Amino acid sequence: MGWTRKDLLTMRDLEASEIVLLVDTAASLQEIAGREIKKVPALRGKTVVNLFYESSTRTRTSFEIAGKWLSADVINFSASGSSTSKGESFIDTAKNIAAMSPDVVVVRHSSAGAAELLARELPCSIVNAGDGAHEHPTQALLDLLTIREKKGHFEGLHVAIVGDIAHSRVARSNIHGMRKLGMTVTVAGPPTLIPPYVQELGAKVSYRLEDAIGDVDVIMMLRLQQERMTAGLIPSLREYSRYWGLTLDRLAKHARPDVLIMHPGPVNRGVELSPEVADGPYSLILDQVSRGVAVRMGVLLLLAGRKGGDGA
Amino acid sequence: MSLLLRGGRVIDPANNLDAVQDVLIADGKIERLGRTLEAPAGAEVVDANGKIVCPGFIDIHVHLREPGYEYKETVATGTRAAAAGGFTAVCCMANTNPVNDNGAVTDYILAKAKVEGVVRVYPIGAVTRGLHGEELAELAELADSGCVAFSDDGRCVMNAGLYRRAMEYTLPFGTPLISHAEDTSLSRGASMNEGVVSTETGLPGQPAAAEDVMVARDILLAELTGAHVHIAHVSTAGAVRLIRDAKARGLQVTAEVTPHHLVLTEEAVRTWDPNTKMAPPLRTKRDVEALLEALADGTIDCIATDHAPHALSEKEGEFDRAAVGIVGLETAVAVLLDRLVRPGLLPLSTLIARLSRDPARLLNLPGGNLAAGAPADVTILDPDAETVVEPLRFRSRSRNTPFGGWTLRGAPWMTLVSGHIVRA
Repeated sequence: MGWTRKDLLTMRDLEASEIVLLVDTAASLQEIAGREIKKVPALRGKTVVNLFYESSTRTRTSFEIAGKWLSADVINFSASGSSTSKGESFIDTAKNIAAMSPDVVVVRHSSAGAAELLARELPCSIVNAGDGAHEHPTQALLDLLTIREKKGHFEGLHVAIVGDIAHSRVARSNIHGMRKLGMTVTVAGPPTLIPPYVQELGAKVSYRLEDAIGDVDVIMMLRLQQERMTAGLIPSLREYSRYWGLTLDRLAKHARPDVLIMHPGPVNRGVELSPEVADGPYSLILDQVSRGVAVRMGVLLLLAGRKGGDGA
Repeated sequence: MSLLLRGGRVIDPANNLDAVQDVLIADGKIERLGRTLEAPAGAEVVDANGKIVCPGFIDIHVHLREPGYEYKETVATGTRAAAAGGFTAVCCMANTNPVNDNGAVTDYILAKAKVEGVVRVYPIGAVTRGLHGEELAELAELADSGCVAFSDDGRCVMNAGLYRRAMEYTLPFGTPLISHAEDTSLSRGASMNEGVVSTETGLPGQPAAAEDVMVARDILLAELTGAHVHIAHVSTAGAVRLIRDAKARGLQVTAEVTPHHLVLTEEAVRTWDPNTKMAPPLRTKRDVEALLEALADGTIDCIATDHAPHALSEKEGEFDRAAVGIVGLETAVAVLLDRLVRPGLLPLSTLIARLSRDPARLLNLPGGNLAAGAPADVTILDPDAETVVEPLRFRSRSRNTPFGGWTLRGAPWMTLVSGHIVRA
């Protein structure tokens, strides 16, 4: 089946077949990164606006490279030093950008629901590049692409997502995506970092790292934000890393020998991941980053190519 | 000057009356009720056949926004919204600018109401100066100036010692304290209920316990002081349980519920519509069921809208940054008739009691019944009118409602204040 949606907003909304289409498309575009001339004309004459209301280096750069390799014109708009600092509202800024007829707007915003808001207000395609603690679908897609490359399939795999689940859009998007593809997901962390009723999203819950990583194919560690201490959610980074930090020793004792380690970045070395694990042979962290470009190329191609494709 | 309401079904819960009667009004008061009354010479006659004639509805929880926030609402527009929605009296909260924490502001509101208002206006004074929760407002002067109750509504008085003193100090006035029960240490940063929807949307949630903890505290303080504490906008099954228990123990604890907490759940937040954001937040189906049961059995004494007008610019855009609250005056009655009475969830006479007799008793306000000699404040309903909620046609200056586009059966038809038909 082909791609029919105007926007990519959440993993929750997608059918399994749509997720597979996105991953397949990304997989087919990966070889571009290895070419000497990294440019294909697929989106020539198309305009992609990166509308980033929250600082982000890797996601914005990833979308920018993806757009440029596809020959789209990519414009970066970040909240600092723009009209937002002059008090213009999010919707007004977005409408003004829409008036310049972009084909795709990639939005990152600290408010949950921001991407859906834009999708309703704007006629162009919207890609959610992270909205508050809600969703971050392209991160989940690149995680899925990375996993499939290593494991060859999705069905039956078991993934542990460890850390601050409560504030993580990456966790939410991955739970939805992985469950739709027949994977088992266990979320683990201290109870203060596990959102209520997360089981209703189809995830299992564990409150002990050793238990959570025991029987899984993939361990996905999440970044712990420093603010969680001042909010009284954890006592200290020291205690957190002592009980929830993934070390070589813990891996050797409790995890399968072929387990894969992922992290959406940026890594707090020595907090959730020891440097030896982050840089070790199990680690897919840099694979994730390079798959990120392919996934974003795939997403831009399917969304911006949609109009031409269906003749609308 | 007299007026005859002819042939309507009169429902007057205060007098256990539900019958087709004529209502004769003279000099702003109910003159008498009877099977077929002669219209006195020169009397205006209103054909109320097929209509329901009730004591004027009283909304004890409204934000008129004046002074200070006239771009959201004014006494003129807010009272017109009230009349259009079938309300003959409103009590306005103190979170204006300046705050209604001294007699001069109360005087100003009452003067505005006298000149520009079209329904009765009863101000509610602040409990603490500037709503800061630190020192008592000039409560005696406020009561003398006409405040009918005290509340820092919109904020919770977190300091239990100070709230206790407010209860004691106001005991001689017979004015209840109205509690916005929200423990801010449990609700800080939240923009919705904490539960499965907050987990899925990633919006920060506050647990029902943020409300329940404060309701429990306020009940204990009411017990300590003997004061009348009224819990505003109850939204949780837990609060209902606590209030039911307090009443059973004979404490002077009363409560209100809003229409939106009776007909919407947190599921509505999935639309990301900032008009589903209010304080307290929309809760779960289980809470809604508990509220409805409590309203029916009298644990919850009355319905109040918490009419909270905000400009469009404050209510569009990002959910977590949007202003808190919705307008309610022009939708409450139709929503309740259609969603509670029509499906048989609440008897019509109970709904009318909770909108007229009970709020009047609760705050010792005139009206709430149609006995001879009572003020001729009358709300007439058309049970068959089908309306579509059109926010652009609201009399209110604001349009922040989650009910836009709803088709509703049953609506307010005519509103009389002191025997005069209010043309809002």
